[in-house]
Amino acid sequence: MRRILVAASAAGLLIAASSGAQAEKLKVCWIYPGPHNDGGFSQQHDIGRLDMEKALGAKVETSYVESVQEGPDSERVIERLARGGCNLVFTTSFGFMDPTLKVAGKFPKVDFEHMSGYKTAPNMATYNLRWYQGRYVEGQIAAKVSKSGTAGYIVSFPIPEVVMGIDAFMLGAQSVNPNFNVKIVWVNTWLDPGKEADAAKALIDQGADVLVQHTDSPAAMQIAEERHVHAFGQSGDMLKFGPHAQLASLVDNWGPYYIKEVNAVLDGTWKTHQTWAGMAENDVLVEPLKNMPDDVKKMAEDTIADIKSGKLVVFSGPVYKQDGTEVVKKGEVMSDKDIDSLNYYVKGITEKLPGK
Amino acid sequence: MHFRLERRPQRSRLMAVLSPVLAIALALVTFFLAFAVMRIDPFRALYLYFIDPLTALWSIEDLLVKAAPIILIAIGLAFCYQANVWNIGAEGQLAVGATCGSIIPVYFPHWQSPIVIVPMLLLGTLGGMAYAAIPAWLKIRFNANETLTTLMLVYVANLMVDYLARTPWRDPAGHNFPNSAPFAGGQILPVIFGDSIRLNVLFVLITIAAVWFLSERTLTGFQLRVFGLSPRAGAFGGFNRDRMIFLTFLISGGLAGVAGICEVAGPIGQFRTVVSPGYGFTAIIVAFLGRLHPLGIMFAGLLLALSYLGGEGAQIALGISDQATQVFQGMLLFYVLAFDTLIFYRLRLVRRHPLELAVPAE
Amino acid sequence: MEMAEGILLTIVTAATPLLFAALGELIAERSGVLNLGVEGMMAVGAVTGFAAGHVTGLPIVGALAGVIAGAAMGGLFGIVTLVFAANQNASGLALTLFGLGLSGLIGNSYAGMPGLGMAHVHIPFLSGLPVVGSVIFAEDPLVYVAIALTIAVWLFMFRSYSGLILRAVGDNDVSANALGYPVLRVRMLAVMFGGACAGIGGAYLSLVYTPQWTQAMTAGRGWIAIALVVFGTWLPGRIAIGALLFGAVSILQLHAQAIGLGIPSQFLSSLPYLITVIALVIISRNKALLKVHTPACLGRTFVPDS
Repeated sequence: MRRILVAASAAGLLIAASSGAQAEKLKVCWIYPGPHNDGGFSQQHDIGRLDMEKALGAKVETSYVESVQEGPDSERVIERLARGGCNLVFTTSFGFMDPTLKVAGKFPKVDFEHMSGYKTAPNMATYNLRWYQGRYVEGQIAAKVSKSGTAGYIVSFPIPEVVMGIDAFMLGAQSVNPNFNVKIVWVNTWLDPGKEADAAKALIDQGADVLVQHTDSPAAMQIAEERHVHAFGQSGDMLKFGPHAQLASLVDNWGPYYIKEVNAVLDGTWKTHQTWAGMAENDVLVEPLKNMPDDVKKMAEDTIADIKSGKLVVFSGPVYKQDGTEVVKKGEVMSDKDIDSLNYYVKGITEKLPGK
Repeated sequence: MHFRLERRPQRSRLMAVLSPVLAIALALVTFFLAFAVMRIDPFRALYLYFIDPLTALWSIEDLLVKAAPIILIAIGLAFCYQANVWNIGAEGQLAVGATCGSIIPVYFPHWQSPIVIVPMLLLGTLGGMAYAAIPAWLKIRFNANETLTTLMLVYVANLMVDYLARTPWRDPAGHNFPNSAPFAGGQILPVIFGDSIRLNVLFVLITIAAVWFLSERTLTGFQLRVFGLSPRAGAFGGFNRDRMIFLTFLISGGLAGVAGICEVAGPIGQFRTVVSPGYGFTAIIVAFLGRLHPLGIMFAGLLLALSYLGGEGAQIALGISDQATQVFQGMLLFYVLAFDTLIFYRLRLVRRHPLELAVPAE
Repeated sequence: MEMAEGILLTIVTAATPLLFAALGELIAERSGVLNLGVEGMMAVGAVTGFAAGHVTGLPIVGALAGVIAGAAMGGLFGIVTLVFAANQNASGLALTLFGLGLSGLIGNSYAGMPGLGMAHVHIPFLSGLPVVGSVIFAEDPLVYVAIALTIAVWLFMFRSYSGLILRAVGDNDVSANALGYPVLRVRMLAVMFGGACAGIGGAYLSLVYTPQWTQAMTAGRGWIAIALVVFGTWLPGRIAIGALLFGAVSILQLHAQAIGLGIPSQFLSSLPYLITVIALVIISRNKALLKVHTPACLGRTFVPDS
């Protein structure tokens, strides 16, 4: 499948960006860290792009560059997009942060949005999703469904986004079963089906009967299916890889967000922001709820509704660190800033966080 | 009836010049046909790949920035390959060089005067040399196959970089992202021309000139070439084999190391978990494409960088996958290697001699 | 399933693709050709295997497709290095690049689809044995093929006339040629066999190990296979042991994490590579051990005189 852009001529790509000139269509561009059809993270962004394209039709034209390496390569690609007439550029991995900032400085008339970073500029916003909300729900489901009381968590790298997911999962599980256990394996990659499968097998052999992943391929789900245990999918719905295994998938639903941002640019109301959207905005979904008893399904739905409405806040007190110190008192709520730089495990997790 | 290779009495000078040209031409034709088969406008595709990136100044700057580290490393590797030393671990030597050079900004972050870049570059070079000395020593002392040792050490080096960036060297003010604090002041490799052309481009030019001169005019250069062509002849000539091996490893390691620290201190500006998108491996291809000669390497490096840049443009405009660039590079290398043979051999069509038919088959 | 059984099972399946590719490379190297392009051949095998399996719905067809595709890639390598007498190291690297890129291009339309998987074959009665039962006698069919291949390669190399010719060609191409053996043809067949094995090793990944297609899913296994040949001193039995060892190291480091040993995961991940280097040094040090088995002409270009 090719996405053939309506670009007048190749030379047109190199006309110095003067996005101030109102082109007929708004050009919206993306860069992905992986292939657009990786079945996971990058693919969900691409689906969001297509959703936006479908919703806004003739007003926009889109393009993307996939498998962009962080570092100077990404800076060059972002700059090329800016020069090529893109009006709005989404850079979808934290490693693109500094390159995006540099290019944003050079092209003040182009708007940039960087996913999962913390640096902004008048024409550069950041956006991220509160995946941890979904992890909390997963934790609750896992604690209910697991017979061995142990979940297996397959993770890539110990960055705050991943750690907050583990902690939220644990808090959710503990709300159902205070003695729930989680075993954690770091595979040091976002996408390596072989390694993810090996990690899944190791965790199952160690007694986990619910698998959670913060990596991109459906390999763990396939192993769960093969070994007759349960698992949660990641980024996209992985049901076809584990029809009996998948309890739900933590879905990145970028469509609504991208539609919102593009509309803002279209009617001139766009300005820089630091957005952290979640279940309330329908950007984070835990679905479809399957392969579980009805009462568990109801519990999950209720929790989702409570998080959406704000009745339930995931990182609300009391929250204790691994060593027992209280970091959030009862009645209080952890600040976004603290969640964003989370680098410790909560009490109940027995393993040590790498790098501490 | 079949083809036979027949050794020429001497190297064909015509083919020596034509070989890369023919190879490139054939690769382009294959590429053209491939696009046509995939129903992508082949003219447009080739234009985007090879001409478009040359049509704007900023793009040419990007080309030089991308080509510089690759060329630098390839020149070092050419030394090795000429001497039949198969160092394919430049990627690891680059990583270690980047690591050693980064020691200063990480542990002495306040030393930012313009002079600090000098010790950084020095450490980078020494780091790359030291890491290359390991497989050199293993080969000399234990006769360990350097193709495999250098390759395995690449993985080890990359994992070490990953560990350092994530744990001990992580910027405490960096929101726990796995990179060091950004380099500042004199720790950043200065831009010497335009928007993004840094000091390392100058290094590359100097290195090309220096190597060309040294190779053609010094005894060591001569020794390396003879040794490569025939180790026994080299031994008879009194050229010390172990010394040659060590020397080539040190040179290529040092150049890879300085390329590494230049990347980190230049375009990247901090120490991260990944310091190179595969420059060490691309350099191997460039070394061969450039036929192990510094000028050839320069052109080959530019051509390959062009294919990378063009590939990005083709992705944006035509949706061609980035994998196509890899296919092109592999194909080009195949053609170059195949045509290279024609420098030393003639291709002859051989018919069975009538008498042979009379001899009963085995 | 008991934990020990589970671990052994995982190790055996992790070793299988390595074993396939290494056995193929063994034959190629025994004929005197060093093919560094195993990673590229495995990748092409993986994508073709997946595609063929997907289109026909039959994993066995996928496996065969992987074999054929791998052999074709081996043939390409053979043409460049044997007919055109090009430098083997550089050609191997070109093959890796070309193969990885080609597999990415073909695989584009197959990303994100579940693969077929292969049903395990339970050998009656024997598979009921404790521990060894499920590990040795209830594996997927390709594991058995790999075991059979190991034995077949050994028999070929040391108990057959053709195997003798193969080793002769690899040890002294000039003499073999003088004796009338078709050196280039032997090498071409050997290299194509190497490709076929790499192909089925790759197909194993996309059909059985993690039934799906992802770019670069071979994840460096081709390079490990090359290292395995040296590690196993060019003997099939030792290579099989080496494959199990490598599989064990990569699996056990994950278990170490799951148990909670606080060793940095990067160090554990680097163990297979460090072990290979150490093994290489140990083997290469004992020159007698090495000389007996290293094909003397390994990597040398041979052009028959006209």
